[in-house]
Amino acid sequence: MEAISHAGTVLGVLAKDGVVLAAEKKVTGKLLDLSSAKDGGYGGSGEKIYLLNSNVIGGVAGLTADANSLVNYARTAAQRHLIMYNEDIPVELLAQRLCDMKQGYTQFGGLRPFGVSLLYAGYDPHYHFQLYHSDPSGNYSGWKATCIGANNGTAQSLLKQEYKDDIVVKDAIGLVLRTMSKTMDSTTLTSEKLEFAVLTVDPVTKQPKAKIYRPAEIDALLVSEGLAKKDEDTEMKAA
Amino acid sequence: MAADTTAARSIVKMKVDEDKIKTLSPHLLMAYSGEPGDTVQFAEYVERNIRLYQIRNLYALRPSAAASWIRRSLAESLRSRRPYSVNLLLGGYDTATHDPHLYWIDYLGTISEVPFAAHGYGSYFALSLLDRGPLEEGLATLKRCIDEVSKRLVVSPGNYKIKVVDKDGVREVEL
Repeated sequence: MEAISHAGTVLGVLAKDGVVLAAEKKVTGKLLDLSSAKDGGYGGSGEKIYLLNSNVIGGVAGLTADANSLVNYARTAAQRHLIMYNEDIPVELLAQRLCDMKQGYTQFGGLRPFGVSLLYAGYDPHYHFQLYHSDPSGNYSGWKATCIGANNGTAQSLLKQEYKDDIVVKDAIGLVLRTMSKTMDSTTLTSEKLEFAVLTVDPVTKQPKAKIYRPAEIDALLVSEGLAKKDEDTEMKAA
Repeated sequence: MAADTTAARSIVKMKVDEDKIKTLSPHLLMAYSGEPGDTVQFAEYVERNIRLYQIRNLYALRPSAAASWIRRSLAESLRSRRPYSVNLLLGGYDTATHDPHLYWIDYLGTISEVPFAAHGYGSYFALSLLDRGPLEEGLATLKRCIDEVSKRLVVSPGNYKIKVVDKDGVREVEL
């Protein structure tokens, strides 16, 4: 629990036609090799936001090593459901699967619980778009907008003020980014410190579409939302 | 929308009033035939597992998911020491997407989603009739099939139980 309140912020907002997830990256630096994040994989730089299944995006806060293990478990659980029922796992059921395991580690001595909180942004035909949060003890709950990690209290009160029940994805993206920029330590948002993802339903196929933004796409989004860095080191970079 | 998913048909043996169509959930019907004993045992196994899922998750399995699970159970059973020999028709109304589904499943673990289906000797007559016919009026078409089987099949059964599943749930009907 303590580790999580210092971890990078992860923020989620549920909209009428989608779910938006953003996360603050902690491990950054000039020497960090991010080449795989540019064009490899499915987007994202793989620190905080993961594709758990084709209909669920997960955001993690806490001990990174524990989180990796939980992400792996979640993906396996989702595939187990797929093989049995030939359908994407319902979002709440996936959250339950993880919480069953997390709870187990609180009950027996000798083992340490997972120091990880997760946000699950997902879609299923039963309840459509959903946002869940789970903590290390194995409690989970559904939210319209919530935040985990450092400064989650500030972010949540901001979200409470600004959230509207009929919010659409476009406005939710703005809300998430604005809240994020106020919550984070750094003054301006860049792809270096931010991970971002949106889950919608494809209008043609009617299937859930998870989009985890690549660094370049995040920067483009920040420009279009008017939150990009308006500074002078563009010149310095060019020089 | 009026769903014309009808899961029906039964063949009579020792009893003339054996119900061979199980209601698995509020919007799901399963008709079964095959080895006596196996059929009832397997149907009850399926019924209870579907019910368990519903208790755990507050909503029932969707027809497609239930069909896939049943198919998998049969496929696993096929490779066991003594497999179930049960053939099934599964009809259901998907309350999440608001559309009806019909699945044809056999004891080998074959599954296919179809507009009409039949198992057993009667299926030869029923299917050839259904191949030609317009399918708009589900119950009328079903009656034509039953009449054709009664007319042509040497060991034709006397009584039928007919159930309908649609958006309002499951109900039994008389022709």
